[in-house]
Amino acid sequence: MTSLPITTAKKLGLVIDLDTCVGCQACATSCKEWNTAGYSAPLSDENPYGADPHGAWLNRVHSYEVGEGATGRTVHFPRSCLHCETPACVTVCPTGASYKRAEDGIVLVDPETCIGCKLCSWACPYGAREYDYTHGVMKKCTLCVDRIYNETLAIEDRQPACVRACPTGARHFGDLGDAESAVAKLVAERGGFALLPEMGYKPVNRYLPPRPRRDATTAPAVEAGPAGEPSTTAERFFAWADKMLSR
Amino acid sequence: MHPAYSVILFTTLSGAGYGLLVWTCVLGALGVLPAEGATGLVALALAFVLIAAGLLASTAHLGRPERAWRAFSQWRTSWLSREGVAAIFTFLPLWLTGMFWIGEGRVHGLAWLAAAGALATVWCTGMIYQSLATIRAWAQPHVAPVYVALALATGGLLYNLIVALAGPRSMPGLLLAVAAIAVAWVLKAAYWSAIDGAPRDRTVEAATGLGHLGKVRPLEPPHTQANYVMREMGYAVARKHAEKLRGMVTALLFAIPALVLIGLIVAGPQASPLPLLVATVSAAIGVAVERWLFFAEAEHVVMLYYGRDAA
Repeated sequence: MTSLPITTAKKLGLVIDLDTCVGCQACATSCKEWNTAGYSAPLSDENPYGADPHGAWLNRVHSYEVGEGATGRTVHFPRSCLHCETPACVTVCPTGASYKRAEDGIVLVDPETCIGCKLCSWACPYGAREYDYTHGVMKKCTLCVDRIYNETLAIEDRQPACVRACPTGARHFGDLGDAESAVAKLVAERGGFALLPEMGYKPVNRYLPPRPRRDATTAPAVEAGPAGEPSTTAERFFAWADKMLSR
Repeated sequence: MHPAYSVILFTTLSGAGYGLLVWTCVLGALGVLPAEGATGLVALALAFVLIAAGLLASTAHLGRPERAWRAFSQWRTSWLSREGVAAIFTFLPLWLTGMFWIGEGRVHGLAWLAAAGALATVWCTGMIYQSLATIRAWAQPHVAPVYVALALATGGLLYNLIVALAGPRSMPGLLLAVAAIAVAWVLKAAYWSAIDGAPRDRTVEAATGLGHLGKVRPLEPPHTQANYVMREMGYAVARKHAEKLRGMVTALLFAIPALVLIGLIVAGPQASPLPLLVATVSAAIGVAVERWLFFAEAEHVVMLYYGRDAA
């Protein structure tokens, strides 16, 4: 059903730390690897060895340059479904293939009833949905619904593949509806933010902003370089050696 | 937005078909279009063919056309589902109107229901686009009214062409068709002015939430080749081309058909149907360009992540 649940018991989602993400693409590749074999599998590729290869991926990592000059920095920016509380991708679906689960808030597509009209992808501002050209249906992040409740997996593996794969711990999974959860506390502590909140889709996922750069007022003072006369014996020796070698 | 030919064909063909259905049913029920003779039935049949051809074309856009029947289920939330329900519902009074017309030689009151169903279907088509907040050029209050107005304008030309082919033209029909074109022209001009005046104030800084750190520039894309999102949402027509195409739409869809109709009104009912054929062909090309441009001028907010300057 495309009617949205009024509330969901949990708000499962991801918290992505833009400070520690190094853009290694491990989350994207492990997502592809897991999801090409799991729920709604496979994730097909078109012309994979040809001149114009493309395929359905549920997680994409952009890299941006942010700021200018000395304050400029590179920010790696993973982008996937935000499991919105009021997702337009669900309500526009004509078949009921798209739905939001009342128990945990996960937004899913039923690959058996999707007609591939693509309207959900038009309705999503985050580009979270990708069309599978081979199977003619829409694919999207499932929050690894086939891992997180999977009792055949070791307890530490019952989290999304992207979170498990991240080598820097930049991805966190949990219930953002529970103020006492680790992810909710992390968001509160680090000032986590939602993407395009003004558009009104109420994303569940949060992004943690890059930490402030150390500058002259916050960084420990750096020792001045060559200034001053050599004071210790060793310094005097190196100064003499430098002078001799420079002749 | 990528202009899909199946969607352009569907919305223009079905639009004209539903417009023709409204004209035939309303003018038939009012007695302006005589119930005797084959004219009304030919018009009904052509409306049916155009609607059915358009709906078939629309299924070419689907990845799984064999599952299209599922699209009738989510009318509570989805305008696309409502469009499907309205389209199928409209076939019933259309068919019954035709049966009564053939069997009893009269226009049954059900014709009003067919006309209402036709208008509702086209309105739903427009609302599919108008309800998408992600595309500023579509989330405008003119969108659904323009769809209805263009259906009536193109349907009106077809109606007058069929009447003229059968015998003397109907003056009320010509006058109403001019009025329909004028209304569509005014609404479309207002739409263009609205999208030109709409602020493009969504930026990559807002989309990434990184604006407080400074200007955000794409450094490295997530993939080497265009993915589905870029293929579907990335198409954008150059501004100068859009200007020329808008001029073409104005000439072919509005000015030429309006001038031909006014000329025929002045010339009186005995002139040949050839000018109406010219006006109809002109409008057909014009409406196809208009629909292509409706997609090509629409910018999707997701392209901000891929380096579009604003949306």
